[in-house]
Amino acid sequence: METLELTQEEQFQARIDADVRIEPKDWMPDAYRKTLIRQISQHAHSELVGMLPEGNWITRAPSLKRKSILLAKVQDEAGHGLYLYSAAETLGASRDQMLADLHSGKAKYSSIFNYPTLSWADMGCVGWLVDGAAILNQVPLCRTSYGPYARAMVRVCKEESFHQRQGFEIMQTLCEGSPEQKAMAQEGLNRWWWPTLMMFGPKDSESPNTAQSMNWRIKRFTNDELRQKFVDMMVPQAEFLGLTVPDPNLKWNEAKQGYDFGDVDWEEFWNVVKGNGMCNKERLQARVQAHEEGAWVREAALAHAEKRKQREAVAA
Amino acid sequence: MMTDSTMPAQAPAAAPSETQAQLFPFVLQLADTSLILAHRLSEWCGHGPILEQDLAMANIALDFLGEARSYYQYAAELEGKGRTEDDLAYLRSAVEYRNPLLVEQPNGDFAVTIVRQFIYDCFHYHLLLQLKSGPDAQLAAIAEKSVKEAAYHIKWSSEWVIRLGDGTEESRRRVEKAIGNLWRYSGELTTPSATEQALQAAGLVPDYAAIQQQMAAHIARVFEEATLAVPEGVFMQKGGKDGRHTEHLGYLLAELQYMQRTYPGLEW
Ligand SMILES: [Fe+2]
Ligand SMILES: [Fe+2]
Ligand SMILES: [Fe+2]
Repeated sequence: METLELTQEEQFQARIDADVRIEPKDWMPDAYRKTLIRQISQHAHSELVGMLPEGNWITRAPSLKRKSILLAKVQDEAGHGLYLYSAAETLGASRDQMLADLHSGKAKYSSIFNYPTLSWADMGCVGWLVDGAAILNQVPLCRTSYGPYARAMVRVCKEESFHQRQGFEIMQTLCEGSPEQKAMAQEGLNRWWWPTLMMFGPKDSESPNTAQSMNWRIKRFTNDELRQKFVDMMVPQAEFLGLTVPDPNLKWNEAKQGYDFGDVDWEEFWNVVKGNGMCNKERLQARVQAHEEGAWVREAALAHAEKRKQREAVAA
Repeated sequence: MMTDSTMPAQAPAAAPSETQAQLFPFVLQLADTSLILAHRLSEWCGHGPILEQDLAMANIALDFLGEARSYYQYAAELEGKGRTEDDLAYLRSAVEYRNPLLVEQPNGDFAVTIVRQFIYDCFHYHLLLQLKSGPDAQLAAIAEKSVKEAAYHIKWSSEWVIRLGDGTEESRRRVEKAIGNLWRYSGELTTPSATEQALQAAGLVPDYAAIQQQMAAHIARVFEEATLAVPEGVFMQKGGKDGRHTEHLGYLLAELQYMQRTYPGLEW
């Protein structure tokens, strides 16, 4: 009976290799738990902070239809944040602690949200490119090894395709519109193209955690694989829109049946990660401010619930 | 989650009758009111005190936005001059807007937003109950759909008034201050403008006396549970329904209308 000789850790890995979902009550290695908490909370924070750049245009959306679509989209992101915080809570993390880590700068969120949204075309670019990149990152996570995370991702991914579609529609309307609108679309693409390529993270050669994460099946493709997929998916869409991808080295490679493309500005990437993006300070400040200014509301809700409980106890 | 609220209302096939056409300013007033309140609520998006409440406010904003669109589309039809919902929302100036003063008041802290919402919900819910069995089929259809949402809104804002009133000392102080500041805008809701009076006389708009009583009863119940006092003898401001607004509306519209004013006549 060989299985009896397997260590707990080996049994765990065997379940993962057999694509059996790990559930909250199952034994798991500490490092797996920690890595997942980090990954899921980072993802939750990204949903939360990600509300800000698009939230920036809700009050200025150019038509009532666009306004309601954008508001619904940003509301979805809040919902994603909720699912993900709940998934992380099943691993023993508390929402308060996760938020405290976000506010102190200890926890990260996706750097893309540290770029400013400067024109209406940015609502198109964010939906089309940023949500598009998020979909590529997230669809494989619907099959990730940790059950609650995988289930949260299934719900998230259902809504993401609508997000991307609304972004693409904004771009398409601009591109079919006046010269001014078309220029707005191109200017947006110029600013968002490279930052979205950065969303897939550092090059594989500089991503030391990838191998372990792939073993645990909490990551299913490498950063470079996903980046390549993204470029291959987006370039034809940009062509369809009549827009120029701002990369002089972009070229179809018949042999690999994919595009060759230029190198990301990694210095910019690390700079934004370190907090030197255009909006790092504003984004974090906005979150901290909302949290601090909401403290009395949360306290009131707790105090009232407590009073109620006591009154009910007396009445019972 | 979003398709419902962005769906335009079904347009009736026939051209509006003369009686119906008289409803235009009233429907426009309802549209403006829902839009301005939706806009204010949407300003919270991403900045709420608790993620769950961020979602709730966005959800309520979406309901009001959907309702506003239904009214604007109907108003455009009643007017019959080829204007669209967006023309009506984006290309009218502050003096042409017909919303009551209450809904344009700035968000302030969460207590201000809640009190503003609560007062309006009390009116809105009871108004929709009347409109839904009113003589105009299209307005009745919009009200029928919206009253379900309004029932949720009034529950949400009532519960928050109770929590804040009967919560901590700070929340009580803040909610009392908000009531002190906003109460003067509550009277306008049920004080008919000349336009409303004419429509009420024609039986097209419900009588506000009954709605005022229902509102007062609900407010009294909620305030009692919240251990809050209903203000008395407050001088009531009005004018919004006649286009005389507070200074806040101009800034709101500058933001709301920015794109349409900067790039006139384009599709988005
Ligand atoms: Fe999301
Ligand atoms: Fe999204
Ligand atoms: Fe709703």
